[in-house]
Parts: sequence; C-alpha cells; structure tokens
Amino acid sequence: MIHDFNYLKPGSLKEALSMLAEHKDECKVICGGQSLLIVMRQGMVTPEYLLDIKHLEELNYISFDAKDGLKLGATTTHREIEKSDVIAKNYPVLVAMENKLASIQTRNWGTIGGNLAHADPAGDPGPVLIALKGSVKVGSASEERVFPLDEFFVDYFATQKNDDELILEIQVPVPEPKTGTAYQKFNLLDSDMGIVASAVSVTLNNDGTCKDARIVLGNAGPVPIRVKRAEELLVGKKYDEALFAEAGKIASEDCEPVADIHASEAQRRHVAGVYTKRMLKKAWEQAMA
Amino acid sequence: MEKRLLKLSVNGEKYEVYINPKTLLVEVIRDHLGFTGTKRGCETVSCGACTVNIGDMSVKSCSVLAVQVEGLNVTTAEGLEKDGKLSDVQVAFLDQGAYQCGFCTSGMLMSATALLKENEGKTLTEHQIREGIEGNICRCTGYNSIVRAIDAVAQGKYKEA
Repeated sequence: MIHDFNYLKPGSLKEALSMLAEHKDECKVICGGQSLLIVMRQGMVTPEYLLDIKHLEELNYISFDAKDGLKLGATTTHREIEKSDVIAKNYPVLVAMENKLASIQTRNWGTIGGNLAHADPAGDPGPVLIALKGSVKVGSASEERVFPLDEFFVDYFATQKNDDELILEIQVPVPEPKTGTAYQKFNLLDSDMGIVASAVSVTLNNDGTCKDARIVLGNAGPVPIRVKRAEELLVGKKYDEALFAEAGKIASEDCEPVADIHASEAQRRHVAGVYTKRMLKKAWEQAMA
Repeated sequence: MEKRLLKLSVNGEKYEVYINPKTLLVEVIRDHLGFTGTKRGCETVSCGACTVNIGDMSVKSCSVLAVQVEGLNVTTAEGLEKDGKLSDVQVAFLDQGAYQCGFCTSGMLMSATALLKENEGKTLTEHQIREGIEGNICRCTGYNSIVRAIDAVAQGKYKEA
C-alpha cells in the first residue's frame, strides 16, 4: 500500500529546486517512477512530499558534439536513448544496454536520471556509463556539482546526491580513437534484472597494445565495481585470450556478490569472470576494427 | 488526504476525476472510469496485463502515477474499436486464436498496437515481434499464435477497408 503524501508539481526546474531546498529529506523525487513506485507500494519508502519532475522538459534532451561528447538530460527516457540515432552512431553500447533494460513499457516511461538516482546495484546504466568514463551533474538551488560516475554510487540505493539536489545531466566524453566498449548481463528472461553483469571498455595505442581499460561489474556488490587490478593487468599488453581469461579470474575475485534467490555467490563470481573475459575480447576486437 | 482534480482523456473522451495523488493509472482506469479490460496481474511492473497506451507509447499502468497523465491521451483495449468496428489487431487476434484465458489479452493488444504503429510501413521479423511483446507475459498460449497475429497485421493481411 502506498502511503499518503503531499504531491508537489513544480512548473520549472528552478521551482523544483526551491521546493527541494524547502523540504529536503522529507521529500522524494519521482520522475517515471518505474523503480520508485514499486518500493513505495511495498511501504518501504514513505515520503511526506513527492516532487514530480516527469513533465520538466528542461531536463529532457539528448545532445552531442564532437568536442564535448554526449549530454543527456536527467528526464530523458530509456526509450529515447535506445532510439537515438546520434547515440547509436557514437555510443552503440548505450543503445545495446537500453535495449535489454527491463521491457519496452518501462523504457517508455522510466528515465536515465531516475535510474541513476535509485542506484539499484543491479542497474544497467551505471556500469556501462562508468566504462564510458561518464559523469553525472547534480544541482541544488544554490550550486551544481559533477561526479565521475565511479565515485557517484555510495551504497545500495545510495548516491552522493544530497536530499536538496536533483540529478540534472549525464555527461559522456567522446571516446578516444581505437576504443571499444561492450556490455553483457546475465539473466534468465530477457526483461529481467541482471543477476550479474560486466561492462568493459578498451582503448588501444597505435601499436595495438592496451592504452587504457575499464572493467566494471554490475550486481556484484552494493555499487558497480571497477576491477582496477584487472584493468592494470591489461595496460601495455597485446591481444591475448589467455590475458582475457586472467582478467576474468581477477574480476571473479575482486567483487562482493550476494547470494539470493537468483544465484549463489559462487555462481555470480563465476559468471562475472566469464562475461568479463568475453566482453574484454569483444571490446578489444571493436577497438582494433 | 486532499484529493486532486485530474483531467485526462481516455479512448477519445475527456474525463475529470478527483483522486488521492497516490492513485495509480490502473486504479483510475478500472475503478474510477470502469474500463476493466485493463487487468491487474502482478502489481510489480512485471506481467504487462495492465498495459495501456499513452499517445502511441505503451506503458504499464500499474506503475504510472495517474496525475502524470494530465492532458495526455490514454487508450485502453476498449478504445481500439472505432464506430463498432474492431481494429485490425483485434480481428487478427480473433482469427489466429491469439488468446485462451484472455487475461493477458488486453495488454497484448496494446503492446501489439504500439509496436505496429511504431513500425508502420516497415517489415517486422519474428524476432522483432517477440521483442516487441517482451513486456507482456502469457501463461496460456505459448505466444506463437500472438506472434502470428501480429505478423499477419504487419504484412497487411488485416488492412482496414
């Protein structure tokens, strides 16, 4: 049962931020509500005030330029990202990730900002955006702050965003040349949440050695986990399937997955390792192409 | 809790309801307006039996706050029929036997309608059709008859005269 709340509908972003400044932790923000309404219905989240930003068109945009990269307004829906030509051209892994996120109906109404703010450890965008070196801009009535996404998630369902702040924008830099990024999540039904997932990005030097890599696991801990030990292993090395297997093994070790109804801890570790190995190969081959 | 006036358009008609702002769209559709074609199957955004279309877009009405559809056009399964004539998707479902118990059917019709509208004029592979109904669970048919029905419409076999 959803508990009663006072419904606030700001007419503008400015008004939304001033309402948040007034009500702070008594206020929860709703956009598409595809995650929030579930927990509210279970009585787990019972705010005094609900601030509805779904209709704030100021925050609904997808813009790209060859210098500053991609900027996504927080209320952009998953479906808009999935169907965006400019994103398909420059960040195809984002389209692939969105295509597997929940189901069409949820993607039609749910938003990228809402997903990141909810910070479900099984969330798909987090690991992929971290692999893409993305950042998130949050703002209050008085200031704006930008966090690289790998510093944004703090714990289960908790981020660096304060109670008087809104996520405003997601920023993804232009990928360096010779970069490949791949993502796979493990689930039994296509529309299910990921049981565990791996997002990998590889940038190569001109001689084909690895310049830089990011390996990010989803649902293998309370927040997306960058497997830095595996990333460091790859720098300076050439394409080598044994290397990918070793990186996968490190990934399976350097995470803290839970055991639940969907999988044991051991299975999550195992699949995290296997998917890391596969996505490394895929990303590397993309980078070479 | 003070009720709030919601003005919305459902199946082409304008309605005004006074609701607690926590009211979900499925509750307004079924309990306030009496369109019981839309079903509550799971209430956890999983099954899709509550699917309705907002504009040309399918959504799960069990997870949309009703107040968010202010000024928008909602279509339920009841709204697919025009002037006593069933839509091409509805005729195809009947023809192909794309239902058994009928509980998922309203939601399936809405997802199918949205999928076909989005892909008007394009060919749809079987995979694309199956992906297009990924948000709707059917426990009876095994989906094949539903996919056949949608495919037939996509191929123009039920073009409305």
